[in-house]
Amino acid sequence: MSDSNLQWNFSQVFGDKGPVEEVSDVDIVSAVEFDQSGEYLAAGDKGGRVVLFQRSKSNIGEYKFYSEFQSHEPEFDYLKSLEIEEKINKIKWLPPQKNGLFLLSTNDKTIKLWKVFNKKQMKWLNTDNTNNSIRIPRENNPVSVTTALIRKTFANAHAYHINSISLNSDGETFISADDLRVNLWNFAISDQSFNIVDIKPANMEELTEVITAAEFHPKHCNLFMYSSSKGTIKLADMRTSALCDNHAKVFEEQEDPSSRSFFSEIISSISDIKFSQDGRYIISRDYLTLKIWDINMDTKPVTTIHIHDHLRSKLCDLYENDCIFDKFECVCSPDGNNILTGSYHNYFHIHDRQGKNICSTEATKFRKPKTNITPKGRNSRPSRGNDGFSPDNTDFSKKILHLTWHPYDPTIAIAAANNLFIYQVFLPRIDSLSPDLFIDVQFGEHGDISKN
Amino acid sequence: MTTSGADDQNAIQILIDELKSEDIQLRLNSVRRLGTIAKGLGPERTRNELIKFLIECTEDEDEVLLALAEELGNFVEFVGGSEFAACLLPPLETLATVEETVVRDKAVESLRKIAEAIPSDKFEESFIPLLKSLSQGECFTSRTSACGLYSVAYPRSSDVVKKELRDRFGTLCSDDTPMVRRAASSNLGNFASQMDKEQVKSELIAIFINLAQDEQDSVRLLAVENCVAIGKMLDTQENTSLILPTVRSCAQDKSWRVRYMVATHFCALCQAMGAEITKTELLAAFVKLLRDTEAEVRTAAAYKVTGVCELIPQEMAIKQILPCVRELVSDSSQHVRAALASVIMGLAPVFGKENTKQHLLDLYLQLLKDDYPDVRLYLISKLDAVNKTIGIEMLSQSLLPAIVELAEDRQWRVRLAIIEYIPLLASQLGVEFFDEKLSNLCMTWLGDSVYSIRDAAINNLRKLTEVFGIEWAQQNIIPKVLALYTHPNYLYRMTTLFAISGMAPVVGSDVINHSMLPLVIRMAQDSVPNIRFNVAKTLQTLLAYVDGSVAQTQIKTCLTQLYEDQDRDVKFYANQALNAL
Repeated sequence: MSDSNLQWNFSQVFGDKGPVEEVSDVDIVSAVEFDQSGEYLAAGDKGGRVVLFQRSKSNIGEYKFYSEFQSHEPEFDYLKSLEIEEKINKIKWLPPQKNGLFLLSTNDKTIKLWKVFNKKQMKWLNTDNTNNSIRIPRENNPVSVTTALIRKTFANAHAYHINSISLNSDGETFISADDLRVNLWNFAISDQSFNIVDIKPANMEELTEVITAAEFHPKHCNLFMYSSSKGTIKLADMRTSALCDNHAKVFEEQEDPSSRSFFSEIISSISDIKFSQDGRYIISRDYLTLKIWDINMDTKPVTTIHIHDHLRSKLCDLYENDCIFDKFECVCSPDGNNILTGSYHNYFHIHDRQGKNICSTEATKFRKPKTNITPKGRNSRPSRGNDGFSPDNTDFSKKILHLTWHPYDPTIAIAAANNLFIYQVFLPRIDSLSPDLFIDVQFGEHGDISKN
Repeated sequence: MTTSGADDQNAIQILIDELKSEDIQLRLNSVRRLGTIAKGLGPERTRNELIKFLIECTEDEDEVLLALAEELGNFVEFVGGSEFAACLLPPLETLATVEETVVRDKAVESLRKIAEAIPSDKFEESFIPLLKSLSQGECFTSRTSACGLYSVAYPRSSDVVKKELRDRFGTLCSDDTPMVRRAASSNLGNFASQMDKEQVKSELIAIFINLAQDEQDSVRLLAVENCVAIGKMLDTQENTSLILPTVRSCAQDKSWRVRYMVATHFCALCQAMGAEITKTELLAAFVKLLRDTEAEVRTAAAYKVTGVCELIPQEMAIKQILPCVRELVSDSSQHVRAALASVIMGLAPVFGKENTKQHLLDLYLQLLKDDYPDVRLYLISKLDAVNKTIGIEMLSQSLLPAIVELAEDRQWRVRLAIIEYIPLLASQLGVEFFDEKLSNLCMTWLGDSVYSIRDAAINNLRKLTEVFGIEWAQQNIIPKVLALYTHPNYLYRMTTLFAISGMAPVVGSDVINHSMLPLVIRMAQDSVPNIRFNVAKTLQTLLAYVDGSVAQTQIKTCLTQLYEDQDRDVKFYANQALNAL
């Protein structure tokens, strides 16, 4: 069974169903993330709230509201006269534990570690005081209430805006990246962090690039990568030295000088990078394309998927309305064979690793929207764009920036404005779902691909 | 029942009720006084009711849980003695699984105390089941806590259970979560120390080697401490075959953090491995660490230079370590140089007089001129070690010019370190030499722009007076100090007053009566109130060193005059001094 035969279907939508124009800014979803067990899904919004959804036990595949808490509040930095937005930039889950859910959430400046658990509400029963002796209370049928408790606050380490956080496989550390620096933290220590990358030039006028994203390798505790606004991805090794300013490898594609334009620099900026779950591949997203890199080949990507080629002629307009600075995320399926990314007009695209389009769909609130499976050839470059309609009809106010893939099932969650969509592949018998079903293409062809 | 008994009972009732208060501070207070509560309840009710109640309280703020974990560790006497100690295990077991590390560690500490108290005949039926359930706990927190309890359970168990414990510990060492493997590795050393040497060799070594090759850097680096712990138990031959390969691989590990651990524990490693291995194997590894590519590693190694040199023959130190030290003196990282500066003086006694002169003096001079103030500071504060080895003459000839230069260092902490060293230097250099080279310096410090330096300078003068005698002070120091009172800046005029207070104990009544007191009284006319109230304070100090008659006449007159001053502070201090009269 090949992945391309899988039919992605709308499953659920959360959030108000009113028209886009009436959406209030604070309700816009700004981060989504499945936890490692797939039982929970978290969404953060511009209002600083984190909403958790839990997979239904009776109806597998369906998620339902679990808990909500205010993670960040708007603040004001009086020293710098700067407003600090409460918007949640990223959410990362810690490995599941029995005594509660743990997750990191961050806004521009402060990372917080939250514990969400069922807190017993004690009701004390006083025992009879018959013999005039000291009474010891006894508890009476405690009621559990889902509570979010802040465990640690990792603050005051970032002078610029935090764009990513990533957990290390050692279970005790994580990194946070802002525009110019990457810091390393220990979960137990919230008052100090180590700076491991610093690209700030001595003179800020010489600044030519910023860090746009950073992620730890899923298996090797010493490796992490960070991407820059110049379109490079640097892989750094924490083993070789304490400061990782000297990268171990840099993934970069030489730019074609003939296509250089005013916008080249803006559109080459990488908006998101992810490792595949086995750490063998890196996927990166820039404004127009999605690239897949083999970690062993740094000269060029193994596959380049043109997501927005049809917008190339419209760059000027997109610059005017600031859309050109939109940061689209990308995410890899658990088996590493498929890649999901977002686009305008609430479209999302799933491609396989060879670049073949598996699915391009508009996330809408109406059930059973037109699904458009395009069985196009490998690396096909559609002249009008993947969406099948011309850029003139594209609604640039509707865009899908944030998305996440279930850790082992064919289920994805997609944020569009204030809505959270869940799409799934329905199989004939979903209860006999076996993970093996989706790993049939696997990484058998490693060799071939790296030679491409 | 007596009234006081009823009061006590009431107080205890309040404490108990506050255990379930909404206010965390009240709960914390009550937990801190659990002993009082238990005493009031008596052992039986403590066991049957209070402990049960406390088990329900284990879902609280970390602060409260930490206090609870600590209190329960000292609770054996309140539950009826060691016979009943086991009843404290359930609440502590729960506390040992919470996610906050500090609480867990405290719970483990308390569990270890309780384990010691449990009588032998009850140990296997109470403590071992707890250890098992923690070791198999679903949360990694429970398994990490379990790791800390094996070394206390092992010596008290029967052979059958011992075997089981070894197996369980082995399982924890290969746990899926790195957190548990780290906890296991951290506790491997003290667990090993409880085992027979043969069992260590036959079972634990394999586990140890496995952990030393873990894919996680944070697990691997803990192997270094285990090398020390296990190495101590084995002889040279066993160390060579069993431990040395791991030491070797750690010292060459790809991760600088592992090498850093080796450098940090190097002296302990050498001692554990024995002199022979140190000479043949470890010395070469140490030289490599001193030349490591990562500055953090070089820093850690530099701190150990003296310690390692003390453990090896002198000629080896000179031949192998000295060249590295020479390189480190001009290392590109200031932290490496600072680390070296803090220990390099200690090399002088190890090297002996001749070798110090020949090899080390140049290096000292170079470090004294380092750009980084900490380097200079660390070096100076250890000067006496060199002094003892090469003698003051050598020191004064070779290092003094550099020291004099540092006396005017930009960094006041460096100047401060020099000042503190002057009395010692003076006592060894003698009067003549001092007058010639250093006396001017001591005076300049009185006019330093930093208060701490001026303050230290005054102390220095007092110590010098002690060394060279009153006569010398009268001729050389006092006139110069007193001359400062004309300085246009009141802060310097104040120095005169401070110097008088500081030196009064050592100069004798003659000097006080004839030169100091008249000056102080004159200064009472100063236009700056700060000077005037310091005059009052100084006069109060001087009271102890002058005759009653002088006090009653000259000092009293002056103070009475100051008491009339318009400034409130002057009035206040004058009054204070008058009261002391």
